[in-house]
Amino acid sequence: MNAGGGQVNVPEPDEVTDPWWEATRERRLLVQRCSCGHVQHPPRVLCTACGATEGLGWTEASGAAVVDACTVVRRAMPGFTPPYVVARVRLAEGVLLLSNVVTDEPGAVGIGDPLRLDWRPLPDGRALPVFVPLER
Amino acid sequence: MTGVAIAGAAESDLGVTGRSILGLQAQAVTRALADAGLTLADVDGIATTGVSRFSATQLAEYLGVRPSWTDSTFAGGSAFEMFVARAAQAIEAGQCSTVVVSFASNQRSARSRSLGGVVEAHTPEAQFETPYGPLYPISYYAMAAQQYLHRYGGTREQLAEVAVAAREWALLNPAAYRHGAGPLTAQDVLAAPEVSSPLTTADCCLVTDGGGAVVLTSLERARDLRKPPVRVLGYGERTTNTSMTAVDDLTVTGAVEAGRDAFARAGLTPADVDVAEVYDSFTITVVLTLEALGFCGRGEALDWIAGGRIRPGGDFPLDTSGGGLSYCHPGQYGVLLLVEAVRQLRGECGARQVPGAEVALAHGTGGILSTHATVLLGVDR
Repeated sequence: MNAGGGQVNVPEPDEVTDPWWEATRERRLLVQRCSCGHVQHPPRVLCTACGATEGLGWTEASGAAVVDACTVVRRAMPGFTPPYVVARVRLAEGVLLLSNVVTDEPGAVGIGDPLRLDWRPLPDGRALPVFVPLER
Repeated sequence: MTGVAIAGAAESDLGVTGRSILGLQAQAVTRALADAGLTLADVDGIATTGVSRFSATQLAEYLGVRPSWTDSTFAGGSAFEMFVARAAQAIEAGQCSTVVVSFASNQRSARSRSLGGVVEAHTPEAQFETPYGPLYPISYYAMAAQQYLHRYGGTREQLAEVAVAAREWALLNPAAYRHGAGPLTAQDVLAAPEVSSPLTTADCCLVTDGGGAVVLTSLERARDLRKPPVRVLGYGERTTNTSMTAVDDLTVTGAVEAGRDAFARAGLTPADVDVAEVYDSFTITVVLTLEALGFCGRGEALDWIAGGRIRPGGDFPLDTSGGGLSYCHPGQYGVLLLVEAVRQLRGECGARQVPGAEVALAHGTGGILSTHATVLLGVDR
């Protein structure tokens, strides 16, 4: 499986994103949810729908997702081995994430393809959420 | 309409120059001032970006100017169209009288461009996007192209027409990097190495050195200067995103509102535009922008540009210098859109001149379809 990467340096979380990253240690994908009902990613100190700074919490994503858009990267960047798929992934919860679709057939991934969540471990115990094509 | 005009315009050396950023900046500024019949002693406003953290400050000191107004808004390639708007406002408000808007880069000579772009470690993108290895900005435009072709059923060959037409214009422009390269075909574009699917190297702008400058002053004063004034008729802008996931629909950009505001300010419609200089960072950028600005309907651009409409001699002269695709792309190309628009309106473009051009549009796009700014320019009637 060509994941594309990546000995990339993922920065330390900040005070807002820490819960999101901590959950990845347990392989749980969180989505920030406001008491007004709005969901957003990446996590912020305020809700971009209602402006509230209180009432922001977390919901755990089911892991179901579809490809919103994707591209096969064919030029080598430091830490990555092309070809690999970079995708905008739409979670069932509604938000878009940038991620990789991990597959041996990068050219076969297309818009609307169903995906399931997988994880790429990081050296410090955190993990990056990545996605795998769902067998149809 | 505004009471402000562009009185001077010039390029710095272009291509592979071996020169420094400030050296190229000084070339562009002094040449634009000479074009206007002005000198550095007249300059009391400076707008630039891409020099350093203190861009306008740095340039002001280098030029020996103590400006009463500066702007260093960092908005990628669209910054210069934004600068025109802010300069017009500052001149009309009386804060300054003569503004130089400039840019220069030596990115090709200095080999300073990286495939992943520049991502600062404290930004959300560094935590949530960079770890997945997107090329910046190419992968974002690639995904926009994929969504566009998927939704509207266009082909890669149709998209290539943007690059093919740009080359046709470059063949008419002796200053163009690809002037001597010969024609480009759609098959050439498709056969070029793919960088981030579906875009190939031929869908991507050049990486060159280069720069340019325009000089703005009041219309009244510009009428007494060396060259015919080019009026600033209208402007508009929108800022939409820094990340690759903030914009829900990749095929609809902030150029919709930027253009609408610019046309409303100018009291014009897209049908009034005689020549359009639209940022062509990638072929898809032009397709999305033409639709957003209202030159054709949504999903119609690929059919609309077919048949030579945007090539020399076509009824919609577009990116007449050869554009970022075949003329020059120093990284933040927007200032050169203004330079070409001014020259077209003055009738200075030789073999590539659009006969009788009276209204020109310059539209800058920055980042990953992040910032969008439209300027409408016209001859002084």
